[in-house]
Amino acid sequence: MFKTFPKGGIHPPENKLTAGKPIVVLPAPLQVTVPVSQHIGAPATPMVEKGAAVKAGQVIAQAKGFVSANIHSPVSGKVSKIDTVVDTTGYKQTAIVIDVEGDEWVETIDRSKTLVRDVTMTREQIIERCQQCGLVGMGGATFPTHIKMTVPAGKKCDLLIINGVECEPYLTSDHRLMLEKGAEVLTGASIIMRALGVDSAVVGIEANKPDAIAHLTELAKGFKGVTVQSLKVKYPQGGEKQLIKACTGREVPSGGLPVDVGVVVQNVGTALAVYEAVQKNKPLMERVVTVTGRSVKNPGNFQVRIGTPVTALIEAAGGLPDDTGKVINGGPMMGKALAITDVPVTKGTSGIIMFPAESSKRAEVLPCIRCGKCSSACAMGLEPWLISVVSEKAMWDKAEQEKITDCMECGACAYTCPAKRPLLDYIRLGKSTVIRMARERISK
Amino acid sequence: MSSIVLLTIIMLSALGLLSAVILYFVAQKFKVVEDPRIDIVTEVLPGVNCGGCGYTGCRAFAEALVKSTSFEGLNCPVGGADTMGKAAAILGRQALAVEPKVAVVRCNGSPANAARTSFYDGAVNCRVAHSLYGGTTGCQYGCLGCGDCVVACKFDAMYMDPVTELPVILDDKCVACGACVKACPRNIIELRKRNKKDRKIFVSCVNKDKGGPARKACKVACIGCGKCVKVCPYDAITMVDKLAFIDSYKCKLCRKCVTECPTAAILEIGFPIKEAKPAEPAEAETN
Repeated sequence: MFKTFPKGGIHPPENKLTAGKPIVVLPAPLQVTVPVSQHIGAPATPMVEKGAAVKAGQVIAQAKGFVSANIHSPVSGKVSKIDTVVDTTGYKQTAIVIDVEGDEWVETIDRSKTLVRDVTMTREQIIERCQQCGLVGMGGATFPTHIKMTVPAGKKCDLLIINGVECEPYLTSDHRLMLEKGAEVLTGASIIMRALGVDSAVVGIEANKPDAIAHLTELAKGFKGVTVQSLKVKYPQGGEKQLIKACTGREVPSGGLPVDVGVVVQNVGTALAVYEAVQKNKPLMERVVTVTGRSVKNPGNFQVRIGTPVTALIEAAGGLPDDTGKVINGGPMMGKALAITDVPVTKGTSGIIMFPAESSKRAEVLPCIRCGKCSSACAMGLEPWLISVVSEKAMWDKAEQEKITDCMECGACAYTCPAKRPLLDYIRLGKSTVIRMARERISK
Repeated sequence: MSSIVLLTIIMLSALGLLSAVILYFVAQKFKVVEDPRIDIVTEVLPGVNCGGCGYTGCRAFAEALVKSTSFEGLNCPVGGADTMGKAAAILGRQALAVEPKVAVVRCNGSPANAARTSFYDGAVNCRVAHSLYGGTTGCQYGCLGCGDCVVACKFDAMYMDPVTELPVILDDKCVACGACVKACPRNIIELRKRNKKDRKIFVSCVNKDKGGPARKACKVACIGCGKCVKVCPYDAITMVDKLAFIDSYKCKLCRKCVTECPTAAILEIGFPIKEAKPAEPAEAETN
């Protein structure tokens, strides 16, 4: 019997079309656009000027404040402009545009493929290196990694969970990373273990990736304290709180953090980035993106430089299919549709999915019949129909009482709704408003 | 038998009397002293509880009026000078002259002017759309077209034009309560001074981008060229973040800026059509 979380959850069609496609490294494009805000927190401050020559791996934007991350040049070349560009959200933000010339990396980066297993750095050095290298959570939330690695004073952490669940349909980038770079991922895990001061780590993988489970179980024998836990296939198991519940049975309290129950969760991609940063001194300037869709000619997993235009990725996958109705940035459940495809890949871009027009349109919205399907699907034990209605009616106090801030926006409620109500749309609005109001209250 | 009836009557009467005495003293003890004028003033207010005055409803506004020493800063936009005059008469104070206002939509991004680059099929709610993405056009400042302002309007003074996909304000019904201004997540709607014959001159754009991108997104965008600022004889126009703004209290409706604007971002509404002038004598002759 595989482990899983007890409350709610759904099982959408998996559609992992690209699970068998090895990661293809795409060459650097002719021009990259690097937004200065690719993470949760304050945007970084540009450190280069127009016309400056940059090398790959050089800091081009410095983190501003504690919750922020450095941005490095993903390519070598010349800064052609620093301007506002439309990013994946459709809003304009500051970005550094670099014309690519050659492929010269900063000398300190070790570009060899040899596996370096021995961890020599101390705790503080590891955290400092992760901060310098601009690491953020690669699962999509892009929370700066160095903050997550620092256990707050008074809290005790005893377990690291490596998130290899990848419960989003279609996406396979983490799956391929585990298969192709398993040893690096596990080394990264042991580095994070040292930074946190814990002795054990669990790699949680859903049962629909038997090859990854077998491969990592075999590899984990060579890593002290690391075990692999196979999990039942259920969405949203990749949610931090669900994964902790599934692996350990511990429940993160409402409004709390995983560290409150002694656990820190890091994504597979983040573990690899930590390995590369600590052992190879390589900053976060590349990532694996799954480009897929039912009618895409050549779907696959592509390793690209940050700042590569999404159009280049679509081109690599055989071009935009004629019947495309929607292009989604991220997974089909939590991702957001792109208004235009001429946007750069950022640190948080896990997938680009092209949906045919007939399956992408939303159905007509009908009245809620109080069937309660959304409540049984909610993995956080909330009542989505209620919090979405109170958000729609701008009853923010009631929304807060009903714990709207515990919603992780997985979209399981909207997926199950037989009346096709846009539940998550309103919940997102309510959640962001309630969080903003709570912040204003604190600052007063 | 009759003794039971008698006893019941006596018991209930005694109980009633006792309760009445207790209630009398309780009522004396917890008496709420309220100015009777609040009720009278509430009577003359419109009673729609729109919140346009800045208070939670008409009664709260009446309380504020009664407690105030002067009407400075207090105004019922719905009732206007008429209502404020009545309230002033009741309270024996001086009514202040308040210039009437009207709401104006500062976006002209119809499909004809601003090409649609994407299609939105999420929840029909401007706030939701605004939090999700930049909009169906290349302009991240313009109207999203979901009609939150129309829903907010309590006076049927607004509707969504199906062709332009923009809200329209009916000047004769608009009371300038400001509900639409608050409802709009993009601050497109503005309350401006109401001129004679509802004539209006305003920059119908809120795009703060540089000229190139603004123009690319919308044919009638303000490109921040500053020609209007130079031509205005009354210093009514200011330029902030590549966006012109006409102060409706300084503007004398001379219309020089309208002809100067290269993108037709400044609209004139309610003026007689200029081409009609030479036609007028011809009409007079036939009559």
